[in-house]
Amino acid sequence: MILSIIDFISQPWHWAVSGAAIAGLMFIMLYAGEKFGVSTSFETVCSMAGAGKNIELFNYDWRSQTWLLLFLTGAAIGGFIGTTALQSPEPVQISQSTVEYLASVGVATPQTNAEGLGYVPREIFNFETLFSVKGIIIMVLGGFLIGFGTRWAKGCTSGHAISGLSNLQLPSLVAVIGFFIGGLVMTHLLLPMILKL
Amino acid sequence: MKLIKFLLFGILFGVIMTKSEAVSWFRIQEMFRFESFHMYGIIGTAVVLGALGIFLMKRMGLTTYEGKPLKLQAKEMQVKRLLFGGTIFGLGWAMTGACPGPLYTLVGHGVWAILVVIASALLGTLVYGALKSKLPH
Repeated sequence: MILSIIDFISQPWHWAVSGAAIAGLMFIMLYAGEKFGVSTSFETVCSMAGAGKNIELFNYDWRSQTWLLLFLTGAAIGGFIGTTALQSPEPVQISQSTVEYLASVGVATPQTNAEGLGYVPREIFNFETLFSVKGIIIMVLGGFLIGFGTRWAKGCTSGHAISGLSNLQLPSLVAVIGFFIGGLVMTHLLLPMILKL
Repeated sequence: MKLIKFLLFGILFGVIMTKSEAVSWFRIQEMFRFESFHMYGIIGTAVVLGALGIFLMKRMGLTTYEGKPLKLQAKEMQVKRLLFGGTIFGLGWAMTGACPGPLYTLVGHGVWAILVVIASALLGTLVYGALKSKLPH
């Protein structure tokens, strides 16, 4: 009985189930007295590290954000559970046209769990690639842009696209339009060149 | 101890992000190439149900479990900050295939190189903080 339940939820989830689960989690967080937004955590860590001495943005009591640090520790534990106890029977299945495009720029999409679970391309996200131009651009510059951009826009996918849009906030729609301008420029114009480096 | 529930919510979040495949770099490429409905279905369902739920919560005057008002502040309309910041984030999102939540989840997947992305994101945040007064908002 329990095993068959685990088998059942180990299947990749339908998008409607996933979307409903995210909305449900947002409701629980609101009821628990916080809001669903992840990128604030970058600010919290900077504040924790003492950056508030010199920079106004980080000058607050980071302890008020302890809940968020716990939430993100949980996010990592959940990722571990999702890829071990609840591992899908096969890697992430993306559309054939994306598989073909990625192959044309030198990225293989895993077909079996032995080749990878299909969450990240192994040939990019490893410490050896980090010492190449491609690796530095994707991991170091990519991360930098995430931190810089989410703080400038005051939110990321969770805070703006999910929480903000659900609360019918027009500013969040502007932010999401920005996310897509950047995402489309990167995916269609820049990334094909970067991946071939 | 009051905060321990957020650890549980986080675990739930990490499982949802993994099983929904929203943490997949491959899914993000597919989304920005408009080659599958998957990611749009997830975000669309979350927003439609989220909007309905928040509407009802407000309608019923629901408070937090401690009787405080729900944290649903209006966001400020600062077009430059939202558009410029949003675009910068979008560039990073499409490159790393991960938004901030999934970055933490991928650590749990054992993708240790993601720690470099997180460290860079912290550096980006620090630099934004230092330059904040000089940037358009």
